[in-house]
Amino acid sequence: MSNIGSYNERVKNFSWQIAEKDLGYKPGDVINIGWYCTDRICQQGKGSKVALYWEGFTGNEKTYTYNDIRLATNTVGAFLRGLGLKDGERVCLFMDRIPELYLGFLGVLKIGAIAQPLFSAFGDESLFVRLSNAETSAVITQKKHAPKVRKILDKLPHIRHIIIVDHDGVSPLKDREVGFSLEKAAPVEHLDIHPTKAESPSVLHYTSGTTGMPKGVQHVHYSLISQYLTAKWALDLKDDDIYWCTADPGWVTGTSYGIIAPFALGVTQCVLDAGFSAEAWYKWIQKRRVTMWYSAPTAIRSLMKAGDEIVKRFDLTTLRHLASVGEPLNSEAVVWSQKVFGKPFYDTYWQTETGCIVISNYPGMEVRAGSMGKPFPGITGTVLDPVKNEPYTTHGKIGLVGLKFDWPSRMRTYWNNEEAFQKKFRNGWYITGDRSKLDADGYFWFAGRDDDIINTAGHLVSPFEVESALLEHPAVAESAVVSKPDSINLEVVKAFVALKPGFTASKDLDLDIMNFIRKKLSPLAMPQEIEFVPALPKTRSGKIMRRILHAKEWGEEIGDTSTLEND
Amino acid sequence: MALEGLKDIVLNYVTKEYLEDDSETLTYDSPLISGGIVDSFSMVSLKRFLENKYAIQIPDDKATPEAFDSVNKIATLVEEFVAKKG
Repeated sequence: MSNIGSYNERVKNFSWQIAEKDLGYKPGDVINIGWYCTDRICQQGKGSKVALYWEGFTGNEKTYTYNDIRLATNTVGAFLRGLGLKDGERVCLFMDRIPELYLGFLGVLKIGAIAQPLFSAFGDESLFVRLSNAETSAVITQKKHAPKVRKILDKLPHIRHIIIVDHDGVSPLKDREVGFSLEKAAPVEHLDIHPTKAESPSVLHYTSGTTGMPKGVQHVHYSLISQYLTAKWALDLKDDDIYWCTADPGWVTGTSYGIIAPFALGVTQCVLDAGFSAEAWYKWIQKRRVTMWYSAPTAIRSLMKAGDEIVKRFDLTTLRHLASVGEPLNSEAVVWSQKVFGKPFYDTYWQTETGCIVISNYPGMEVRAGSMGKPFPGITGTVLDPVKNEPYTTHGKIGLVGLKFDWPSRMRTYWNNEEAFQKKFRNGWYITGDRSKLDADGYFWFAGRDDDIINTAGHLVSPFEVESALLEHPAVAESAVVSKPDSINLEVVKAFVALKPGFTASKDLDLDIMNFIRKKLSPLAMPQEIEFVPALPKTRSGKIMRRILHAKEWGEEIGDTSTLEND
Repeated sequence: MALEGLKDIVLNYVTKEYLEDDSETLTYDSPLISGGIVDSFSMVSLKRFLENKYAIQIPDDKATPEAFDSVNKIATLVEEFVAKKG
């Protein structure tokens, strides 16, 4: 029997108080995610239960019980307090998927500071814009990533501390750096947890915008309520599960469902900090006897590419439930997983701003392969006519996905950018930026983005950010960045580049520009193809017409070109 | 067919372009993809480097994470395509 039981019954009788009651929370109480994920589980008598199985790329392993993570997060919290860090300050976590990332995240929350996780593959420019926008006070990182922080430190006066978690204790530390070893530090048995309330800020995740620089999506401690219940009902997490969320906590899935929800539920989860290979992944599922697996379409398509034969070499019979997030899950992947694993991947839909799953396929409800599913109980979703900004009255029409913005884990604002936050609403509906249609039974079917944002392997990349970075390359006069279809990653970045006089297109220049963006922004933002063009299509007022280039890449109609210069 | 200096050229390129920590040293057998030094996106630029340098085309179905997982494996792959080129 699934946790959700009957979806229709849950919809009829829904209240977020179900989660509040489960968690022993009453309005007005202190609510601190760090405490709920560690101390509370220990108080329930589960201190000796395994909270985290971790394995690194060299095969080194670590296992933490709930009592271990309670102590470790206390220790991190006490160390940060000792440095003078206070509630409300932003503390960035810039690490690979090592235990310190997971434990550091909760330690930051325990002292009431705001956790700002950033993807460790970010280049110095991506890092700079996010740290500078958040006016971050401290960065917790590893020795290998510290050079990127040092490179931009002069421009970041707000940073007081760079905490290096794997410092050998011998090498000289540089400006503002301090070494910290969780293994060597004396465990802190008691930490005064900061008495955060429902609306106290908790997590700041950065997301890409179409026309501006990345925006900091600000969440609060009350987000726990819907992260907990969606993990319980949509992911069907149960007490005896061995759960594997493949997402990196540099992105929201890796925190909402890779840290907060599973630990708040007292579930055992496992983390594999290694690059992707089908063999390594299947081996991990077999070794850890994974029962619930939450992954992404790009990974699933990569596994499909590796073939069916390799699956037979491993015992994957422990898997009981599979779910996917990040991009639309194509029906072929659902059919394939049914064939090779004996069960389908259940697609879930949400975004950084929603903080939790908002539309999903649920255990016990018919999975319609290729569909996003139905709104989570208590969440009202619709498809809006993009002109009238009102819900369509008939089914089957493609429009904007709109949500009534009233569930606990919705973002509260964009950091220092309330104006951008307000622009996300039309006629009382929160506009996700995705297009979809509804069928007669209320299932949503994804139809694409409503803006120029590129969704590559489930990560959003802003064309504006890539174009801005391209302009800093000495050979680039101007550029336009669009998505290009890709069989594995859904979309990849493609750049059209016009060169400055004196530069000639060549394979070496092409590679040089690719590497320039990879190091400056991130591997995700690196154009996988660069097309050198003499000039870019522009309107008569000089604005680059990305949509013409986009249409060309996707084989679509170019549409109205009446404003095109030199048409 | 063994190409002169191939492994060192690849090793130096990977060290220069992808290794963030100067104090880390790579060998011909260091795991590049599974070791998190080169991710699947960055693999595209590494593939492009090899194609430019050795004037070859490596089809996508041969450019797998397994085939790119160490300098030794990359060298084997490059040698195969250089030999095919004749």
